[in-house]
Amino acid sequence: MSNLITQNEIVIDDWTLVTLPKVDQEIRKQAGKVVLFKLTGENTISAEQIANTQIPATGKIIVPLSVYLARKSELATRIIKQEVGIWLATHEVLESLTNAESDLNIFPLIAVYVERFADGRIFSIGNLLRTRYGFNHTLRAFGDVLRDQLFFLKRSGFDSYLIRADRNAQEALQSLKDFSQPYQGAVDDKQPVWRRLNRSQNNVA
Amino acid sequence: MYKYDEIDQQLVDERVAQYRDQVRRYLAKELSEEEFRPLRLQNGLYIQRHAPMLRIAVPYGMLSSRQLHKLADIATQYDRGYGHFSTRQNLQLNWPKLEDTPDILAELATVEMHAIQTSGNCIRNITTDQFAGVAPDEIIDPRAMAEVIRQWSTFHPEFALLPRKFKIAVSGTKQDRAVVQMHDIGMEFYRDAENKVAIKVWVGGGLGRTPILGTVIREHLEWQHALTYCEAVIRVYNLHGRRDNAYKARIKILVKALGIDEFSKQVEAEWLHLKDNPNTITEAELARVAQHFEAFDYAKLPAHDSSFDAAIANNAAFAAWAKRSVHPHKISGYRAVTLSLKPHGKAPGDATSEQMHVVADLAAQYSFGELRVSHEQNLILADVKLSDLFAVWEKARAHGLATPNIGLLTDIICCPGGDFCSLANAKSIPIAQAIQLQFDNLDYLHDIGELELNISGCMNACGHHHVGHIGILGVDKDGSEWYQVSIGGKQGNDASLATVIGRAFSAEEMPGVVQKLIEVYLKERSDEERFIDTVRRIGIAPFKAHVYATTEPKKEVTHV
Ligand code: HEM
Ligand code: SF4
Repeated sequence: MSNLITQNEIVIDDWTLVTLPKVDQEIRKQAGKVVLFKLTGENTISAEQIANTQIPATGKIIVPLSVYLARKSELATRIIKQEVGIWLATHEVLESLTNAESDLNIFPLIAVYVERFADGRIFSIGNLLRTRYGFNHTLRAFGDVLRDQLFFLKRSGFDSYLIRADRNAQEALQSLKDFSQPYQGAVDDKQPVWRRLNRSQNNVA
Repeated sequence: MYKYDEIDQQLVDERVAQYRDQVRRYLAKELSEEEFRPLRLQNGLYIQRHAPMLRIAVPYGMLSSRQLHKLADIATQYDRGYGHFSTRQNLQLNWPKLEDTPDILAELATVEMHAIQTSGNCIRNITTDQFAGVAPDEIIDPRAMAEVIRQWSTFHPEFALLPRKFKIAVSGTKQDRAVVQMHDIGMEFYRDAENKVAIKVWVGGGLGRTPILGTVIREHLEWQHALTYCEAVIRVYNLHGRRDNAYKARIKILVKALGIDEFSKQVEAEWLHLKDNPNTITEAELARVAQHFEAFDYAKLPAHDSSFDAAIANNAAFAAWAKRSVHPHKISGYRAVTLSLKPHGKAPGDATSEQMHVVADLAAQYSFGELRVSHEQNLILADVKLSDLFAVWEKARAHGLATPNIGLLTDIICCPGGDFCSLANAKSIPIAQAIQLQFDNLDYLHDIGELELNISGCMNACGHHHVGHIGILGVDKDGSEWYQVSIGGKQGNDASLATVIGRAFSAEEMPGVVQKLIEVYLKERSDEERFIDTVRRIGIAPFKAHVYATTEPKKEVTHV
């Protein structure tokens, strides 16, 4: 069964994720502990990896941001056919995309990869894509995506979630409804609750 | 104080349901230990030495009688009949069962309470001055804004999983009592040249391993922009804070690394996009919240009360207590009262269920049914008539709540330490108790005068040892417990960080070491000079000389 939720429903994924060839990564330590998060802007991808990335010849593909930037010309006709989506990881700098492409809506889909649940950069990235860079097509979260992030992801502008393979997407759907009237304005509803509803009627006892 | 409407109530009820399901999934092994961790932390649940520890939010330290009665009942039913009031104005239960925590939260929700974001890498409980709204020197009562910020920060979707915890403090007085400089964001409310409410914003303060006082990032911010400006600061932090190393993940490290000018430039650039968005606070919204904090229906009272004056004259014990525990109030004939949670020889900040019930009753009878928790870990009745002080004292005293030590050496701020906390290097509570017993003579204690002594069981600094006039830090050397002593720290407008005096001491030596420090002070002080003033005037050398001249050096501890 599909583990993809888009617009509050489980749907079949018709996109193919293009990944960089794996390289051995050394385990780094800081203060005696294994480093779990990459720093924002940290360069983790080699030119060789980009060159060796296999791009399927047909179908809808989600291309790594670094590959897209370096090999854009190969993809030109497919972009026009709406076959190219972009993905970036939470430590990548969003502006490297927005500087290269003034209109993000040439992409039917942008996906953000979160390697670890606890990495909240994904929320800021979603927010920026929607509110600053005007992206209004499908915004997908994938990677360590579990149901307890969904409500926050939704509020940060995401509308598509690929639930981690070992978890049940049907159950995860529940969490999109965790709270009915959140306090603050966010991407999905810009109005804070006190602008959304008339709270003043609820008088002080 | 703020009362929930249906929207607030629904939110905490939905949170209980969400959390109950998270616990269910964890117990059913559908969530791994690592996955459950951030979820439980955002609900104040730590897994500690003996049992889980549950931290219950007391927003900006305000409690009603009804809430305190409920806390007392919860401590009886689900814990061992006591709770610990923390330096962040919250309440901690040390012995709840994990399985019970959803029920505890459901109970809390019935009295408009919760444990949301009391831990974890998110925006934590907003703290403020325990005398907010009643202090004569107050310019702006910051509580309405604290509540507005609390609501905005609750489940803030963008800032749910920050690099590290994030603490905001607000204050509205010239004499800062909310330690705004020690917070990730500190906001000082004041009236600007046009008599409008404005905010001076500090950023990047924090204690812990790398104690840093905050820096002013904005001298003047119109209050309407408080939330959008916080959004700008926290977004820069969320995207660029260091997630690779938990010890360097606080915003203070980012501010230091970039420098305040560059950091502020990035914040301003971000704010340009956020300013005036719908989260901008309106007059109407502030007024809606502020009506909950309107002044009580105070009686018109003369400035003096003859029964009070007589009691002071005739009862030395009452007079000694009043001198330390009674604070000025902006309304004539009223006073704020601190009830000491620091009886000598007990764990600082602990209150039994019975004591909580007593305080809740006192508040109901004498103080408009409300009370506050101070960051010094005591309880405050903020609105007591002068003529009622004696009755309050008698009842408080009968329940061990009237030790006349507020602001004195034995009013120790102390973290749970090695008795409870799994991060501890050393125990802290027994050190506090031993020092309290060393200075049990009240006349002597009063003669020493104002002194803040802070103890942390490790460099995480939960006991704020860096800003104690005397700070004690538990250190570990080859598996044994040692204590490093520093002096000259201070909170407030002229905050400073303390200086370590030298090699660490064993637990047994500690009361003697404090005694030696006091001896130097008593010898050197000039009239009216507090311990901290003497340290600032003469420096640490005389203290160091006296302490080390007379203690036998034990095995050297060098690593700290
Ligand atoms: C027993 C369980 C506790 C644990 C595991 C714990 C853990 C920690 C840790 C790891 C830090 C350092 C965080 C950092 O610098 O990034 C910290 C700081 C702090 N904790 Fe605790 N703590 C506990 C109890 C308490 C209690 C009881 C209080 C209040 C009495 C408290 C108040 C604070 C404060 C005020 C700080 C310093 C904040 C700052 O650096 O700005 N904690 N705690
Ligand atoms: S200072 Fe250290 S020992 Fe004390 S409560 Fe905090 S983490 Fe635990």
